[in-house]
Amino acid sequence: MRVMAQVAMVMNLDKCLGCHTCSVTCKQTWTNRDGVEYAWFNNVETRPGLGYPRGHEDQERWRGGWELDGRGRLRLRSGGRLRRLAHLFANPDLPTLDDYYEPATYDFDTLVTAPADESRIPVARPRSALTGEPMAVTAGPNWDDDLAGSPVHAAADPVLAAMTEQVRLSFEDTFMFHLPRICEHCLNPACVSACPSSAMYKRVEDGIVLVDQDACRGWRMCVSACPYKKVYLNHRTGKAEKCTFCFPRIEAGLPTVCAETCVGRLRYLGLLLYDADRVAEAAAVPAPADLLDAQRSLLLDPSDPEVVAAARRSGIAEDWIDAARRSPVWDLIARYQVALPLHPEYRTLPMVWYVPPLSPVLDATGARGGDDADADDVFHTITGLRIPMEYLAGLFTAGDTDRVAGVLLRLAAMRAHMRRRSVDGSADPALLERVGMSAEDVEAMYRLLAVAKAADRHVVPAAHTERAAELASWASGCSLDGPGGPGMSPTASRGGVVPLTLRRRRPR
Amino acid sequence: MTADPLSPLVRTLLEARGRLPGAEVLAGDHAVIRTDASEGDAPYRDRWSHDKVVRSTHGVNCTGSCAWDVYVTDGLITWEHQGTDYPTTGPDSPEYEPRGCPRGASFSWYTYSPGRVRYPYVRGVLLEMYLDARCRTGDPVAAWAEIVESPLKATLYKRARGTGGFVRADWDLAVEIQAAAHVHTIKTYGPDRCVGFTPIPAMSMASFAAGTRFLSLIGGTLLSFYDWYADLPPASPQVWGDQTDVPESADWWNSGYLILWGSNVPVTRTPDAHFLAEVRYKGAKVVAVSPDYAENVTFADDWLAPAPGTDGALAQAMGHVLLTEFFRDRQVPYFEQYVRRFTDAPFLVALEETAEPGVLRPGKFVTAEDVPQVEGALGEHPAFRPVLLDARTDRVVVPPGTLADRWAPEGLGRWNLDLADVEPVTTLHGATHDGAPAQGVAVALPRFDAGDTEGGASITRGVPAVRVGGRLVTTVLDLLMARYGVPRPGLPGTWPTGYDDADDPSTPGWQAAITGVPVEQCVRIAREFTRNAEVTEGRSMILMGAGTNHWFHSDTIYRTFLTLLTLTGCQGVNGGGWAHYVGQEKARPVTGQQHMSFALDWQRPTRHMTSTSFWYVATDQWRYEGFGTDELASPVGRGTAGSPMPRSTMDCLVQASRLGWTPSHPGFDRNPLDLCDEAAAAGRSVPDHVVGELTSGRLRFAVQDPDAPANVPRVLTTWRANLVGNSAKGNEYFIKHLLGASHALRHTEMPPERRPSDVVWRDEAPEGKLDLLTNIDFRMTSSSLFADIVLPAATWYEKQDISTTDMHPYVHALNAAIAPPWQARSDHEAFLLLADKVAELAEHHLGTRTDVIAAPLTTDTPDELAQPHGVVRDWAAGECEPVPGLTMPRLVVIERDYTAIGQKMRAVGPLISTLGTTVKGVTVIPEEAVEHLGRANGLVTEGVAAGRPRLDTAAHLCEAILALSGTTNGTVSLAGFERLQERVGRPLADLAEENAGRRVTFADTLRGPQPVFTSYEWSGSEHGGRRYSPFVINVERDKPWHTLTGRQHFYLDHDWLAELGEQLPVYRPPLDMARHFGDPADAAGRHEAQVTVRYLTPHSKWSIHSQFQDNPYMLALSRGGPTIWLSVADAEAAGIADNDWIEGVNRNGVVVARAVVSHRMPTGTAYMYHSKDRNIDVPRAEASGIRGGTHNALTAILLKPTHLLGGYAQLTYAFNYYGPTGNQRDELTVVRRRSQEVQY
Repeated sequence: MRVMAQVAMVMNLDKCLGCHTCSVTCKQTWTNRDGVEYAWFNNVETRPGLGYPRGHEDQERWRGGWELDGRGRLRLRSGGRLRRLAHLFANPDLPTLDDYYEPATYDFDTLVTAPADESRIPVARPRSALTGEPMAVTAGPNWDDDLAGSPVHAAADPVLAAMTEQVRLSFEDTFMFHLPRICEHCLNPACVSACPSSAMYKRVEDGIVLVDQDACRGWRMCVSACPYKKVYLNHRTGKAEKCTFCFPRIEAGLPTVCAETCVGRLRYLGLLLYDADRVAEAAAVPAPADLLDAQRSLLLDPSDPEVVAAARRSGIAEDWIDAARRSPVWDLIARYQVALPLHPEYRTLPMVWYVPPLSPVLDATGARGGDDADADDVFHTITGLRIPMEYLAGLFTAGDTDRVAGVLLRLAAMRAHMRRRSVDGSADPALLERVGMSAEDVEAMYRLLAVAKAADRHVVPAAHTERAAELASWASGCSLDGPGGPGMSPTASRGGVVPLTLRRRRPR
Repeated sequence: MTADPLSPLVRTLLEARGRLPGAEVLAGDHAVIRTDASEGDAPYRDRWSHDKVVRSTHGVNCTGSCAWDVYVTDGLITWEHQGTDYPTTGPDSPEYEPRGCPRGASFSWYTYSPGRVRYPYVRGVLLEMYLDARCRTGDPVAAWAEIVESPLKATLYKRARGTGGFVRADWDLAVEIQAAAHVHTIKTYGPDRCVGFTPIPAMSMASFAAGTRFLSLIGGTLLSFYDWYADLPPASPQVWGDQTDVPESADWWNSGYLILWGSNVPVTRTPDAHFLAEVRYKGAKVVAVSPDYAENVTFADDWLAPAPGTDGALAQAMGHVLLTEFFRDRQVPYFEQYVRRFTDAPFLVALEETAEPGVLRPGKFVTAEDVPQVEGALGEHPAFRPVLLDARTDRVVVPPGTLADRWAPEGLGRWNLDLADVEPVTTLHGATHDGAPAQGVAVALPRFDAGDTEGGASITRGVPAVRVGGRLVTTVLDLLMARYGVPRPGLPGTWPTGYDDADDPSTPGWQAAITGVPVEQCVRIAREFTRNAEVTEGRSMILMGAGTNHWFHSDTIYRTFLTLLTLTGCQGVNGGGWAHYVGQEKARPVTGQQHMSFALDWQRPTRHMTSTSFWYVATDQWRYEGFGTDELASPVGRGTAGSPMPRSTMDCLVQASRLGWTPSHPGFDRNPLDLCDEAAAAGRSVPDHVVGELTSGRLRFAVQDPDAPANVPRVLTTWRANLVGNSAKGNEYFIKHLLGASHALRHTEMPPERRPSDVVWRDEAPEGKLDLLTNIDFRMTSSSLFADIVLPAATWYEKQDISTTDMHPYVHALNAAIAPPWQARSDHEAFLLLADKVAELAEHHLGTRTDVIAAPLTTDTPDELAQPHGVVRDWAAGECEPVPGLTMPRLVVIERDYTAIGQKMRAVGPLISTLGTTVKGVTVIPEEAVEHLGRANGLVTEGVAAGRPRLDTAAHLCEAILALSGTTNGTVSLAGFERLQERVGRPLADLAEENAGRRVTFADTLRGPQPVFTSYEWSGSEHGGRRYSPFVINVERDKPWHTLTGRQHFYLDHDWLAELGEQLPVYRPPLDMARHFGDPADAAGRHEAQVTVRYLTPHSKWSIHSQFQDNPYMLALSRGGPTIWLSVADAEAAGIADNDWIEGVNRNGVVVARAVVSHRMPTGTAYMYHSKDRNIDVPRAEASGIRGGTHNALTAILLKPTHLLGGYAQLTYAFNYYGPTGNQRDELTVVRRRSQEVQY
């Protein structure tokens, strides 16, 4: 057992407002600069929809993530080292600007400076932020917001297309929800593995995946390999950039910008302890539907004395172990089992998990309703909800609808239990039995999801910066194979290997 | 023991390194650990570094009042993140943190935007003329007069409005022109021809007050906004005698059942929405009622999708279920006792004869005046003592707490809801009185879903009635049962056969045909909602907003909602009741805010004006009227011959002005300063002179000749607003008649036979009435583009101010993260400059003058007793004497020393110490507060304000607002409650004791959000840290509502409401616009492929609540410019594809936008989200050849006459409390695909 710590996030989609505050605060803080105008480290998608970049989930096209080879071994879907080398200068799996969007600016100054012209009122016209030329706005990072253009865009949703059930995009059957996305900071990051320059790395101490801006040579293999399309090319610097999990804040014990500014209060941040020795094995279980369990099984119970001992042996500090024990992310993923990974079938072992959303009942007058309904029984069964179970399964469980239903059932049971509690203080043991949870657990989960105090949502231990000085004092020598060296690292060139890097930082 | 110099982690890594140079390989050769990374993450560390973080908030038209941390690096604002340091709501409740939204998060962009107004600008053509005239005349006022009084010159610069050509000026010059225009107008036409518009004080009180204080001091006209925005729910004053009082959002957490009805919470209340998501986990059910699959529907358990504007039918049918199952079939003790005690349900209403023999109609409340042997709370004003029957004694009783007890001497200590031994009879069904059993009698009630006109048809129902004082009477509840079609044995009339009966108005079956909501769903939701209220004792809540409030008949829609809540005992209960959320921003320190804003420390009152009627007149929309009261009146009313209402809307406005119901400014067709001079010359008092002139016919109200040059508004200053680009309903009428610029208006004026009789019709309607439009802003909105002068305003991060909202109970500060850049100045500074310049010019041109204000009868004063029974008596028709303050407006004389207004702006005036402060009828002399201000702000040492506390800075003003208000000064709160409890006669002062002696200072607010105190200024209580819910004090402390009965009203008996058939809550459909204005396709011109759709303008996801859509973040995340949302079927019918350029055209104007096609839209309805200005990516319209319009280019003012009521109980005017709404939801438009080659 090799215990490592990972900063991870859970987003409760059942609370997401689709407001995009996270996108704006993230953009303001990190990417409102030349070269990354089009890049949204954090974006929010309306589902069903194409997302951003358009149709990023279509791995037939983009060849992101991992797959199993004929012998059941993991390999990058974008191909082995040779294929990637062959396409180094013309990567066929790279989204173009059209797949993102051409960022616009507007000639706002015209409004002030327009000369007198009796025939027209001044207006700010859109201009390309790239070329400065007048342009027509025909795309954006959130173009299909709230089902905008649904006959074209929602209809082409790859998750919808993969469903066996027929979904009608009609007014009566409308459903939608919002899916905020950041970098998944995967345990098995395809982007890191695909980098020919070894410029991408996953930090040992907290699992944050970063691009070394000095080392990046702009090959863009990371862009293709990331199945979530969360690595972007800065077209000014020619280097890759991505969500940094706000590491300068995390190191200070502060939540990420997106988490802190999330007005829906739906983002949970905390530590997970996992067994780094079993990552490859978990990512390579044959059946996609088993990936969820495999991934969960990697996570180590921070209250287990053996795990704690192993964590100490691995050099994880005591306050970090304590933080792992208080981790809301651990509770939601492992204890209550209501959080699910996004597209586990990509085999990257993503570390941003989601609580799937409830939705209004689809047919209000069918199964229920009518004069004989009990007015005290106000909630619908989860089988009648609008969002097709299979759609959620396509996002979170590699198609296993039972697993999604299980989560929704727990949320529904929590609501029913708490209604009894708040109306007359009663409880229905049968209700809790059906979801296999104790009243204590349900009420603790309720507090975490509903009361959700900031101190309970974000449990982020500060970095032990005193160690940075220690490490800096330890000369690493010069390796030709290392990042910053002239050649590609021998390990990376093997393909399918993930460099984990201990952060180096000069003391200030 | 020697300490290990290396930590275990490093040791492990070093050990690992021993096995592989530079790296450790993990199991399966899958991963390696390296320790030799470089410092490639440095750019991100550098970016995350800043010099300081300053707390501020946004003073925009938004209810958020969110704490924002503004980051400053190298003296530049970089970004903002939400502050999270709100005081706790308690251990078992979600907190307010973080508050904010994407609109707010992108605000800092404006600071350095290329489109920012950095300097004062004047349109070149005007500036050139001014400088020339100024040079020749040597006098600013003479120069201005020369330009505006020369038709040619005036036309030249007015026609240039909106067409660029601004040149830089400096503040001195721009303010000089502005001041000259004011002085010339005051001198020549009257101060009431100087007008100011700025909305919503709560969002930035000092900035609001800066200009309103100036205008109040000069005698200018101040325009309302709440009614103008159609955010005012007129039902609130009608039902409660209260402008609007709603729960804070944390109180949703206490609810057991929430219906979201026309309020799209995630979009319009983004920072509050989490409480909605979270209370579901506590077991609350959520129901969304929305015509489209809106964002809030995603949080609901049930989605009801009624056709737009039919919500009243759904609510009425739910009321039918409620009354049937919970009042008739079964009695719920909680509901029974609530309705008996807190509503007008048991009060007696007289039944009147109709033309049809044997059929009666509901008449007036029976009062002590009508009944010889009445018992109970008697004394003065018997007409304001409505009565009920006591079940215990069978006697007719006046309970305590009626309106007479509020104002009459006998009411001292008796204005309360304590019924003592009285047991009010709520229904006469099966009852007897004086030994005679109640008899079933037929009453005619209107139904508006049938018939040829808006007035609809009638239906006959039965009510049980007894004889009291010689007349047949019934109870309000019995009328309600009839109105809601709940059959009971022995009553005549037609009744539904069951819930499925589709013909009888008010059943679930009937509504299904109108709304499209299935019968079963309607019944189930009604039943669940009511049952929840029963088991939780009132914790059912309806969140309502623009979707249901922006209709012509919004008051009737809302009354059907409020009926559901009131019958179920939800009002005044935490977690229950109405939660009206649109534009209802609450200035919590209201006393200080009002007295400072309107300069009530120096003079009272201010020329407050209802915006809707003002613009209806000033933009000549009255000339295009499509229908009048003959169309709206119910057949159950008195009809053409005996109608108490004039036929034309404009005549209604004239009558309402003349009777003192509603304000009317500009006031008379003569300069009020001259009127006062004439009175002095004639040796008469000013009121005598005015009344004499009016009755002789020599003097008229200006509204009677609104297009006369002497009667039009001349000078308009807007700040914190975007009138021309946003709120102007009938945008093209504004541009044509008010501004005189190129417009796209297509409508034709009404034919002679429809024209008003009381108003002069001039054949040529004026174009360009306004002499000067000044806009103070940091953005180039349409208001800036069409202004003559644009002054550069400081942003929210560049000035000091305070902000509050009703969504949370904290006071926030705005603070300056940087000094105003370039030549920007705060509103406070801008108006001080103007005041000083006006004072300087006044030395020569004005001096001290006497002014007379025709002030309407005012709510929360004894004026509420002026016109008993709401009977119309018009002195102009000889029906009564003209008595100022009783049958006509008050005539208030104010002496104005125009040379001293700069000094008065800068000091707390003496009236605060002599007359004190008055809010909601409670007067306090705040000696302690004035003393505090003297010490905190310092004292003025010389001039008219010597010895008074200073108001030199915005911070001083903030301190004054906080010190004078009970919510932020415990001493004031205690004093107010002590005064109130004398009148109520029940303990109230204990509510203030926990905060007695505490105060919130401006310095406190700069540190973080400060919780407010429970105060007599509001109806809820924060006592002991509880969540604010309105009317808690009424319900828990027996304090009456500010109404005729002192209770919540189902029934209203004013003549005009009776004529329109709106005495009881009832469904009125959206206006039949095609009938009134013709097929929109006729106005639009017919093209091959086009659709006619209902045109709705809901609040946008991509603008800062309602205004700021023009920043790159919001544009990038939306469609990059104006859009119109269409259903798939409508788009197909018109051959429109997603993102096509389209045009919306109707009689009012044209808009150009991109199409958004979505299956979440219902067929037949188009949305153009609110606040699409024409300044971003709007090409020229094919239909007009000029720049396409704003979202309000397709709307027009539709003035509902009953919103003009006044002088009677709760139907008495106050600023933003009662007045016609600028509703805009009934409109239709043609939408068609246009050429995709657009021209700019």
